[in-house]
Amino acid sequence: MDIYLPIAEISVNVFLILGLGGGVGFLSGLFGVGGGFLMTPLLIFIGIPPAVAVATEANQIVASSVSGVLAHWKRGNVDFKMGMVLVVGGFAGSGAGVWLFTLLREMGQIDLVIKLSYVVFLGIIGLLMLIESIKAMTRHRGKKSQQSKSKSSRSWIDVLPLKMRFRRSRLYISALLPLGVGFVVGVLAAIMGVGGGFIMVPAMIYLLGMPTAVVVGTSLFQIIFVTANVTVLQAVSNQTVDVVLALLLLIGGVIGAQFGARAGALLRGDQLRGLLALMVLAVAVKIGFDVIVTPADLYSIGNVVGH
Amino acid sequence: MFRGRHILSLPFFLLFVAMPGSSSAQLIVDLSNHLVAITTGFTGQEVLLFGTTEGEGDVVVVVRGPESEVVVRRKGRKMGIWVNESEMIFRSVPGYYAIATSRPLSEFLPERVAARHQIGVSNLRVNAPENTDPEAVEAFREALIRNKIRQNLFFAEAERIAFLGNRLFRTDMRFPANAPVGTYIVQIFLVVDGEVVNAEITPLVISKVGFEAGVFHFAHRHSLAYGVLAILIAVVAGWTASAVFRKG
Repeated sequence: MDIYLPIAEISVNVFLILGLGGGVGFLSGLFGVGGGFLMTPLLIFIGIPPAVAVATEANQIVASSVSGVLAHWKRGNVDFKMGMVLVVGGFAGSGAGVWLFTLLREMGQIDLVIKLSYVVFLGIIGLLMLIESIKAMTRHRGKKSQQSKSKSSRSWIDVLPLKMRFRRSRLYISALLPLGVGFVVGVLAAIMGVGGGFIMVPAMIYLLGMPTAVVVGTSLFQIIFVTANVTVLQAVSNQTVDVVLALLLLIGGVIGAQFGARAGALLRGDQLRGLLALMVLAVAVKIGFDVIVTPADLYSIGNVVGH
Repeated sequence: MFRGRHILSLPFFLLFVAMPGSSSAQLIVDLSNHLVAITTGFTGQEVLLFGTTEGEGDVVVVVRGPESEVVVRRKGRKMGIWVNESEMIFRSVPGYYAIATSRPLSEFLPERVAARHQIGVSNLRVNAPENTDPEAVEAFREALIRNKIRQNLFFAEAERIAFLGNRLFRTDMRFPANAPVGTYIVQIFLVVDGEVVNAEITPLVISKVGFEAGVFHFAHRHSLAYGVLAILIAVVAGWTASAVFRKG
């Protein structure tokens, strides 16, 4: 059964899109990630224009984050004060990101920048996660020795001004830190069509020093607002949000996520992180390969944007 | 946008229809359908062109989609990475181009006549930038046509026009799902002894209708409301999903 997407202006198979949503939803439920970093490249691969893929995926992430955050909220695992500070940074960042996106699109470099962002960020995060999970697995094997918390020197962080108290996270740190983290994640959300959880979660743990329990709920809280902001900004400045595509993706996504979450309960945490790291690295390598290998046709065509 | 273009092209229409009118060889054509409606299940559509000629002659049909500006970019290697290095803008590129002929073109139509009437992709005038190295323009022009052919929007090979008896003819014109919306121009030439002795022109409109048109126009005319609505749908869907699965 084929359906014509009104904004993407192509005809796609309904079951292909539902299946993509379900498959990525399963993985995101399994690993507890948004899955934007998988979905956006897949959408581009099946022929959705990159600008539409990025904007529409932002819209879909709103839905999956809402359903995710509710569970964490119930358990009291959302630091709303921290979340709001991250949102403020995220709004500024996503505003800058959409502006940059439009500029790069006019310059004809948006495809390359999307790809390079994927290679750089997924490559770094994937490697770090892989190293961390291998360490954890060997530690697990050599009998549970206590987790040695590496107290790296946080001196430069402690001298930053604008200190704020975050009671739920039991932190007293400069507001500039979460603002900065939120900003970077906002830019990435706009350019890469991702929620940015894969970069925000490690930043919250290692940079802000938040307790692990509140990290995922708080990052989902921020992602809702930032991806909502990206959706509106993309809709207004580029008219590239395809609601029909988003709806199909999220139907598949929410169902897949439930099964994924159940499957995830069967695996150990370090095994899950190791698998996720491999998957993240695989996406980075695949996209990196595309940028380096000689294209079949050196020439490409596009519509002239901006009249 | 399309309305404006439509009005602009009207005098051109009239000129073309009026020009060969005095000729003796008659040519009557029509389409099975002048409106191709893009609905939710749209996967492309065929339109039948049929007509009749009086007396001997070959027939050529040229279908051109709405014109727009197209940018062609060329990649080059920079520090091991393929980067778009140079670009060229062609100001009037038809969004669709196909021809149909009653015999292979080379057998009855001299190249200069084909060029004059822009018959065949190689004869398309796409308004290349002036004051530019002609060799570069040619390379970019060829790339433009090659990419359009790959997207199934240009067709290098002529479709067959079938004659039923020696007067009645018909051909099928195929419009793919990615055919751009707007006003198409279908030109029909009657060729005798290597000269165009009569020509007809008829419009064809491809347009989104119903739900597809509603969503598209809403997204473009009320883009802020559209964005807010998209978020509302997502929030409600997310909320519903978690409510349903918590019980289940």
